[in-house]
Amino acid sequence: MTIGLGHYLSVAAILFTLGILGIFLNRKNVIVILMSIELMLLAVNINLVAFSAHHGDLVGQVFALMVLTVAAAEAAIGLAILVVYFRNRGTIEVEDINLMKG
Amino acid sequence: MQTLAFLAVFLPLLGCALAGAPILAGARGHGVDRWAQLSTSACVAIAALCSVAIFWSVALNHQPRNFELLTWIDSGAFEASWAIKLDALSATMLCVVTIVSTCVHVYSIGYMGHDPAIPRFMSYLSLFTFFMLMLVTADNFVQMFFGWEGVGLASYLLIGFWHDRESANAASIKAFVVNRVGDFGLALGIFGVFLMFGSVHFDTVFQAAPAKAGETISFLWFEGHALTILCLLLFVGAMGKSAQLGLHTWLPDAMEGPTPVSALIHAATMVTAGVFMVARLSPMFELAPAALHVVCIVGALTAIFAASVGLVQNDIKRVIAYSTCSQLGYMFFAAGVSAYSAAIFHLMTHAFFKALLFLGSGSVIHALEGEQDMRRMGGLGPKIRITYWMMMIGSLALAGIGIPFVFGFAGFYSKDIVLESAFAAHSGPGAFAFWLGIAAAAMTAFYSWRLLFMTFSGQPRGDHHAHEHAHESPAVMLVPLYVLAFGAIVAGAAGYAYFVGDHRGEFWGAAIKVLPEHDSVGHAHHVPAWVKVLPLVASVAGIGMSWGLYIRNPEVPARLAARFQGLYLFLLNKWWFDELYDRLFVRPSFGLGTALWKKGDGAVIDGLGADGLAANTLAAARRVSALQTGYVYHYAFAMLIGVVAFATWYLVRG
Repeated sequence: MTIGLGHYLSVAAILFTLGILGIFLNRKNVIVILMSIELMLLAVNINLVAFSAHHGDLVGQVFALMVLTVAAAEAAIGLAILVVYFRNRGTIEVEDINLMKG
Repeated sequence: MQTLAFLAVFLPLLGCALAGAPILAGARGHGVDRWAQLSTSACVAIAALCSVAIFWSVALNHQPRNFELLTWIDSGAFEASWAIKLDALSATMLCVVTIVSTCVHVYSIGYMGHDPAIPRFMSYLSLFTFFMLMLVTADNFVQMFFGWEGVGLASYLLIGFWHDRESANAASIKAFVVNRVGDFGLALGIFGVFLMFGSVHFDTVFQAAPAKAGETISFLWFEGHALTILCLLLFVGAMGKSAQLGLHTWLPDAMEGPTPVSALIHAATMVTAGVFMVARLSPMFELAPAALHVVCIVGALTAIFAASVGLVQNDIKRVIAYSTCSQLGYMFFAAGVSAYSAAIFHLMTHAFFKALLFLGSGSVIHALEGEQDMRRMGGLGPKIRITYWMMMIGSLALAGIGIPFVFGFAGFYSKDIVLESAFAAHSGPGAFAFWLGIAAAAMTAFYSWRLLFMTFSGQPRGDHHAHEHAHESPAVMLVPLYVLAFGAIVAGAAGYAYFVGDHRGEFWGAAIKVLPEHDSVGHAHHVPAWVKVLPLVASVAGIGMSWGLYIRNPEVPARLAARFQGLYLFLLNKWWFDELYDRLFVRPSFGLGTALWKKGDGAVIDGLGADGLAANTLAAARRVSALQTGYVYHYAFAMLIGVVAFATWYLVRG
């Protein structure tokens, strides 16, 4: 059996769905949400690389590297915000972060 | 002459302003009080002198005048101006009002000397005097209405002068509301006059009246004789202001005001405005015989009703108040038999002796430090001898005591001519009024002497302490009594020839119009001798009965009251008029008001309108804001749902 584009896309779709579910079903803490976002970005990356290889166009792989960079920066900032948040409020439980409640 | 008239009418207004100005400027203290007393008294006293001069020139030398001061309303055909109309009628009223007012002002300096609000009191008194003068000098209906409402306002303010007393507030509101009922009739009458004649000017209307005597007018659902309807509507106004049967309930309660107010407004001047108006409108009333009959019957019923209630009252001021009501009834039935001159004559003499009686009773109340219940008086004669004699003169004048063909007190002349005119009218209502008037005369004498005996004779029944400290009033209160007593003694004898005697034709001139076939005053001089003597006999009998019941056998009245308890309670409770009105009008009005307030305003307007809208908006907002949980994943989920929905939408539509 040869591994084709469809398999890559399927894996990416599964990963993306896992990321979404991780965000919505997660009731514990914000770090898990950050990790889920990473997961979704990685799914997108797989898509980009898969299409790049399929079309023989390097631009897709370049863009994947760009996304990795941005994801790293985003993870760093997100963790920094989390640390500050924990210092201020003493918790990073998702249930407790509801200051915007109407 | 114009200057004199101007001074007489407007000086009281100036006095009112002078007394009130320092208070408005924020000044307080003894000096301000003294200034208010002196400035108002001086202004009114000068006005009184001017009035006497006017009376001399206008009434005694027969030179009626009419001064137009300035145009007030000029709108299309409707014209009304401020004017001073001087004829025998208004000159008489000018004199009565300003002289009594001067006495009351001076008396108030003593009587109200310890009141905390002297400038306000003096200012209101002067304001009242001004409005009353505007009323009597009006040359059109609208200015008369202005004065009419003005005196009503002053009366309201002065009845409620002691506004920290709940009863005074209630009485002032009652007076105002009952007067509104009458004034509604008066206003309708004035509208009707304008509709009929196209003018509100007295002279124009009076000249046009005979030509309109046969016309009809539609009023409510029926068509009636126009002048009769107009006169009856105007008479409703007079009934309200002059406390005639049906609209009389406010007058006894008005005694909540200070005694000088009762003397000036609720005895001598304002309450006689209705009589004055009927006399002023005599050219109209003469052409409406049915209206005259109503005036006569209402007057006679009031005379007997008020006299009967006066028999059993225990408050010294209320006895005199009912006496006033009764005497007003005399004036009206005199007017009702076309004896307008007799009515005004009685008005004039009554102003003197009734003001004297009220100020005298004020002196008694002053002596006893505020006691008004006659059951707690007695034996005051030797203590306050001058007041006693003043009250005696007032009562003699009220009862109409005199020696025929020699001399009599004021009421002797005026009451007799009123009763003789009623007899001489030779009509059904006239005879009705005559016999009721005779009965009321006996009752008048009875309750006057009952008052004198209960107050001044016998043993002191009240507080020993108060009785021992009873003291004669100061000179500032006694001098006005002397002036009024002089009037009560000589006014009748001096005025008889001019007002109702041989000179009445030239004295009144055009001021009062009587059709030749209605000349009851003329016929009154030729009635049988028994008619002339009967009022005096009735009065003497009344005095004798009073003496028998209150001096000779003082225990009899209580036995009589117990024996005829139903009748006694009927009279004591004023024929149940207050209770009847309470049931018929006051409580339904209160009920309607409460219903409109609680249901109409509270439930409908607030519930569905302003408050309801606000409450519904708030509830909706609360429900919507519950969607905002504050959880990030809920927002993200909403975004996701949105994206899925849009994507589906585009996919499905292609």
